[in-house]
Amino acid sequence: MECRSRLLQTPTLTRIVIVGAGPAGIAAAELLSRASVEVTLIDEALHPGGQYHRAPAPGLKLDMRRLLGAGYAAYETFHKDAAALCAKVDYRPGTLAWSVHGGAVHLASRRSTQALGFDALVLATGATDRIMPAPGWTLPGVFTLGGAQALLKDQGCLIGRRVVVCGSSPLLYLAAVQYLRAGGEVAAVIDTTRFADKLRALPDMLAAPSVLSSGLRHMVELKRREVRIVHGATIDAFEGEGRVAAVLCTLPNAAPLRIACDAVAYGHGLRPETQLAELAGCALRYDAVQRNHVPDTDLEGRAGQGIYVAGDGGTIGGGQAAAVSGSLAAAAVLRDLGLSAIDIDLAARRRLLQRLRRFQRGLATAFRWPSERAVLLDDAVILCRCENVTFGEVRAAMDQQGDTAEVNRIKTASRCGMGRCQGRFCGAGLAEVVAASARPSDRERDRLRVQAPIKPLPIALAMDVSP
Amino acid sequence: MTRPGAAEFAAHEGEVVVASSILYRIAVFDTPLLSLTVDGRPVQSRQGESVLAAMLTNGDHVRRHENGGEPRGGFCLMGACQDCWVWIGPGERGRACTTFVADGMQISTSPDPHFD
Repeated sequence: MECRSRLLQTPTLTRIVIVGAGPAGIAAAELLSRASVEVTLIDEALHPGGQYHRAPAPGLKLDMRRLLGAGYAAYETFHKDAAALCAKVDYRPGTLAWSVHGGAVHLASRRSTQALGFDALVLATGATDRIMPAPGWTLPGVFTLGGAQALLKDQGCLIGRRVVVCGSSPLLYLAAVQYLRAGGEVAAVIDTTRFADKLRALPDMLAAPSVLSSGLRHMVELKRREVRIVHGATIDAFEGEGRVAAVLCTLPNAAPLRIACDAVAYGHGLRPETQLAELAGCALRYDAVQRNHVPDTDLEGRAGQGIYVAGDGGTIGGGQAAAVSGSLAAAAVLRDLGLSAIDIDLAARRRLLQRLRRFQRGLATAFRWPSERAVLLDDAVILCRCENVTFGEVRAAMDQQGDTAEVNRIKTASRCGMGRCQGRFCGAGLAEVVAASARPSDRERDRLRVQAPIKPLPIALAMDVSP
Repeated sequence: MTRPGAAEFAAHEGEVVVASSILYRIAVFDTPLLSLTVDGRPVQSRQGESVLAAMLTNGDHVRRHENGGEPRGGFCLMGACQDCWVWIGPGERGRACTTFVADGMQISTSPDPHFD
């Protein structure tokens, strides 16, 4: 009887699909679960948290309280709420949303596929590290900065015994502190942005004083533990035979510095995972401050008819901004569908999100994306690590195409961006190579187009999923 | 050298540290022991461990690149870059960083001759 009534009810309920169970997706799901709508929460990982609140794999004896320090309270609250929520909604872990087309989001889990229709779709797909290639960046032992943290939290492993943390990101300092707390040795933190640029960014960063002060606390902790920190360095190369053994860097007006290590955590901030938004037909625009292509949305995340984007998958803003934007997107969904509004203070959330976005503008100055490197790097350096395409091969393709050069034509000619990652890790560097060329630059256009499936699917599923 | 906090995170006593390994385990799994092979070589692992963690605490690469043949060890560690693509025999391929170990798993760092 219970089953029967459920069957009768289901078609009449409005279905909201959320992709991503990080801070943005969970905040959206939490608010929507209080309305009379059917909420389906899709997540590629097996457990909620995204990257920001990543939890140890079941059975791993890792002391998260010790690892996260002051950040533990927020982590604990998130996971308590997320566990209760996931039991209440249609939660689908281990499921990849591989496309959005024909009014449905297309899902694949290990053994099955499904096309799921929706009345509204909230994309909370998060971000990955943005990388400027450097000589030797494909050597084993060189990992992304976010990856170094994910591996520690999820698997209880450090990327090496003696680690160099480098690039340009506030996460350099967080990752270094976490590695020290976990008993690792941090050989150096090499920050490619000058200290003067950080001071210049202070006015904007004061928009979120608590986030700023937690960043400063990490710097102090590193100083106290006598970790070498350099600002304004150029990363010249990752060196090693078969695996990384040293980082070569240069400070202005100084001799090159070689720092021995057995692993490297490397990153230049984050880039949003915009693939599903693009497949759903949302417009993307070039954000000149963050130097990323982002879905064009209003503050509440409206990105198109029935499509909403929340968290770092829209505008990079960090975990707190992601949660706020998730609840704003959920409130927008309810309002746009004419459903009863939920009693939360939307105006306060809008103000908070605007403050956190202003803080992020400061971060973009304090931790610069080193776009000029794309022009300076040697022809022999690998730009596309999937297909082993070098900067030289890309430049040759540019020369051939002259004024008609644009990233998607360069991709066709050079294979740069044609590999399995679909340009997630070469796209930012490729865009800078093309933008720096002689022809008139069009940053709006210099973006690799997405293709479904957004990640490789198991071959066994391929017959199931032809659109 | 003093490493504050190292004691709390100490791995199993008597654990064999593989000299050529990349990763350094600082917390252990309290889960059943599993046996797998990497290129035919036996490797012990525990339920909950990723294929990448099992491979890189026991070795220094997860695959060889199809074109250059140079070793690769994974990069993003969150399922986005596809650099840690391995062959999980028989008949499956996948990312080492988001695939979890299973008892009897046979992993290859280069194409499986019976597949692909």
